[in-house]
Amino acid sequence: MSDSHISDTHPEHFSHHVRRYLLVFYALLFGTLITVGASYIPFGHRAMNIGVALVIATGKAFLVAGYFMHLISERKMIYGILAFTAFFFVGLMALTIWSFSNFPWHTTTH
Amino acid sequence: MDIPYTVQPRPDTGLYNAKVGIWLFLASEVMLFGALFSTYILLRVGAPEGLWPHGWLNVPIGTCNTVVLITSSITTVMAWASLKMNQFGRFKFFHACTILLALTFVGIKSYEYRDKFMHYEISLADGRIADGHMIKNELKFADSKWTGHALIKGHFVEDRKELYDLKAAKSHPHEEIPIEGAQIKKLDNYGPWHNTYTAIYFTLTGLHALHVIGGALVIGFLWGPGSKMWKTDPERFTNRIEISGLFWHFVDLVWIFLFPVLYLL
Repeated sequence: MSDSHISDTHPEHFSHHVRRYLLVFYALLFGTLITVGASYIPFGHRAMNIGVALVIATGKAFLVAGYFMHLISERKMIYGILAFTAFFFVGLMALTIWSFSNFPWHTTTH
Repeated sequence: MDIPYTVQPRPDTGLYNAKVGIWLFLASEVMLFGALFSTYILLRVGAPEGLWPHGWLNVPIGTCNTVVLITSSITTVMAWASLKMNQFGRFKFFHACTILLALTFVGIKSYEYRDKFMHYEISLADGRIADGHMIKNELKFADSKWTGHALIKGHFVEDRKELYDLKAAKSHPHEEIPIEGAQIKKLDNYGPWHNTYTAIYFTLTGLHALHVIGGALVIGFLWGPGSKMWKTDPERFTNRIEISGLFWHFVDLVWIFLFPVLYLL
């Protein structure tokens, strides 16, 4: 919702944006149906099902963040904040996954 | 004293201050939910093979709530766009929809929580386990013993492992089962204390629901008494709607990941 993104408040200009919001809305609904449908398809291994669901969720998250939150055309300042956030978030997840293969010998995880 | 840069962009950031503030706040929120997602991953990977629950949540209800939240996102952005187009009446309509959808989401979530608190796993003295929803509860616990009786609608299992996949359990006929207090060895509902799955489920969805309630309160204020600012300072009011909208979209974004992780996988 940056000033650079929408600086013209002319109704015709905005109707173009409104159409885009509606398209994103339909895409999100479709994505939800796909997510539910894909969960019933056996992809061979549960990890594959998890991967497919997370890919679809990431796509939906991109649509919400990119268009509803207008991140596709934001100021550098916001991108800077998000770059730091992404760095620490990815680091957190990487450390979590890394820890799986780094238990001391004979550790019980449950 | 006036708060600076509520409308005009600050020269060094190129943004009005509230926008930088909300994005910093959302960054901290990403890490908060990230830590809980990390906890979920560790609990799930650490669970023994076959002992992570599947089918414990109602997928159609979860899907319905996902649609409710997605719809509230579009009404939020439309409310903001209406103000940009100088259409205050449309703004009022769209944000009224947002508030109603938020209440619907919380209502559906409460129904799901109630279902979990009504669902009991009862270990009996003969080794069987009765699992189902409590219909009548006249049990009393005193001196480490259960007395009285109860009635549940469910089924019996011989092994607790059978309860971990309730999708499969639905093939068992569910019937009304009378339970005598003297038979009970252990009684436990599906609340947060039941196991690690319900603990992380209630923590994640509870925290998310608090965000929905908090967001709805702010949007409700801006829709009601806070909307007077539109007459005196419309640009600042529009920015307030933008900020509350960014928070609301973040809440939607979190649910986009929570839904498949908790309900489907």
